[in-house]
Amino acid sequence: MLRVIAERVGHLVLVLWVVATLTFLMFRLMPGDPTLNFLSPSFNDETRAALMRSFGLDRPLWEQYVIYMWQLARGDFGVSFLQNQPVSVLLWDALPNTAVLTVVSLVLAYAIGIVVGAFLAFRRGSAVEGVAIPVALATRAAPEFWLGMLVLAVFAFHLGWFPTGGAVSPGGTMGGVWERLGSADFWWHLCLPAVTLTLFLQGLPLLLMRATMLEVLNDEFITMARMKGLSRWSIVMRHAARNALLPVVTAFALGLGASIGGNVVIETVFAWPGIGRVLVGAVQASDYPLAQGAFIMIAFVLVVMNTVADLAYAWLDPRVSVGARR
Amino acid sequence: MRFLRGEPFAVAGVAIYAVIVAAAVLADRVAPYNPTEILRANRRIARYLPISGDFWLGTTSSGMDIASQLIFGARTALQVGLTAAFAVVAIGTVLGLLAGYLGGWVDKAITRLADVVLGLPFLPTMLVLASLTRPGTGIVVFTVTALLWPNTARVIRSQVLSLRERAWVEAARVAGCSNARIMFVHILPQVLPLAALYGSVAIGWAILAEAAASFLGFGDPASMSWGVMLQDAYANQALSRGAWNWFVPPGVAILAMVLAGFMISRGSEKLLFPKLGDN
Repeated sequence: MLRVIAERVGHLVLVLWVVATLTFLMFRLMPGDPTLNFLSPSFNDETRAALMRSFGLDRPLWEQYVIYMWQLARGDFGVSFLQNQPVSVLLWDALPNTAVLTVVSLVLAYAIGIVVGAFLAFRRGSAVEGVAIPVALATRAAPEFWLGMLVLAVFAFHLGWFPTGGAVSPGGTMGGVWERLGSADFWWHLCLPAVTLTLFLQGLPLLLMRATMLEVLNDEFITMARMKGLSRWSIVMRHAARNALLPVVTAFALGLGASIGGNVVIETVFAWPGIGRVLVGAVQASDYPLAQGAFIMIAFVLVVMNTVADLAYAWLDPRVSVGARR
Repeated sequence: MRFLRGEPFAVAGVAIYAVIVAAAVLADRVAPYNPTEILRANRRIARYLPISGDFWLGTTSSGMDIASQLIFGARTALQVGLTAAFAVVAIGTVLGLLAGYLGGWVDKAITRLADVVLGLPFLPTMLVLASLTRPGTGIVVFTVTALLWPNTARVIRSQVLSLRERAWVEAARVAGCSNARIMFVHILPQVLPLAALYGSVAIGWAILAEAAASFLGFGDPASMSWGVMLQDAYANQALSRGAWNWFVPPGVAILAMVLAGFMISRGSEKLLFPKLGDN
């Protein structure tokens, strides 16, 4: 197992390095001068040159690359063009909001998906199934932000039960992470975005759980359990569900990585001050150190979670030998 | 079309596609108005009108006909969906074929490349690319292609791994066929159905990607798409005004088209791979 971990972590570092390099190239080599968007045309050449120098943009590309990598390795993302604050401060402020939204929604979605999926496998071919499967498919086919718009229109604008956006009520201030987690107002604002994300995410675990349950129920050890005279419910829940959970756990880890990036639209619809919204704002304002930092952070979470999913799979299922996959 | 019999899911999917294709082809004749024309009613700009006989789905905040926008939106959806799906399938199939058949360093290089691509977050990458170049449908198609080919390539690769050990491949090799001929003349037709399956899902992803890009303000402002309509509605208080007739139909159209892709692929899966069983 240790060798497997070392191998996967080595691979992880390699992928992280390539992703960081791609990001660097994406932001430097694109047509157009990134500073043009942000520097006011009224600046004279001297001010412009001074600004370029302060961001290190006057140096040759390879030198910029070395500096970039060195800073990245130390967790330094540079200074935001517009907000005059270190990018890392802005990102660390937004990351907890995204993390809370993602984790709460994922846990809810997987809890619902696993239970309903197992139930649907149990009640295979019933009328319930004929309704539930198309509904689960439909929530995966709907644009995420449109689900958010519907939820907003019904629960915030029409019924007035929930706030229409943001993470704090007007006049309130957003404190540190622990202060936020302890405030009822924060959780109150979290409800609608979390419900939307849960709705969007539950389809995958539901369908996955059902499919693997059906597969597992055909296995020999289930026949064995049945021959021992165990009740059907006990067979499904204690014997089959445990074995069917494996792919679902992997999907959970993958989902955690993917939805940090996918939250971009949900956070925009609900004005939720998370990292996705930081990225959108920075990209729209051409604040490219901030956009680059947010992008790298989202990508890193994705890559790390991909590795975690791989390791979890190998750890949970001894039948999988990691080396054999390549 | 006989293969559709007994596959209600696939039939429904094909029916949805038929409606969308018809709308796209006949948009000029079916749509009551020009989708970007500012209309007037009673000598005033027809803003926020509800559903009526004149305006089947009402009008937008700037006085444009929603039904006409919806019909013309089918064109953009089909264009984006089909070009992206075709590109994803073409690149994924060729790379999967090369990796699976040639093996060795080619396989290693392609697999590594796929790993890196899977480490790029989809929407953020599209946003950054769109902001650094010119926003529009071109960048959407490019991103979908560049980021989704690994899924197809992986499946095709594993399929090719098993196909290349078959006796008829050996026979072709003995008969003096070149590698290229074996790959593209003998093996390719065998994996095409699988590739098409992934293509039908990729159409859906492309349309969702276009909608998200438009919603975030990186769509093509000149083209009339369902995503642009939703962005317009969101930005112009359709939600607080309760203008359901404005923000519900485009979402339903996107949902229907993506769902149709899922249903066709689920239905045809059983026909193409009867071994998978009926679950």
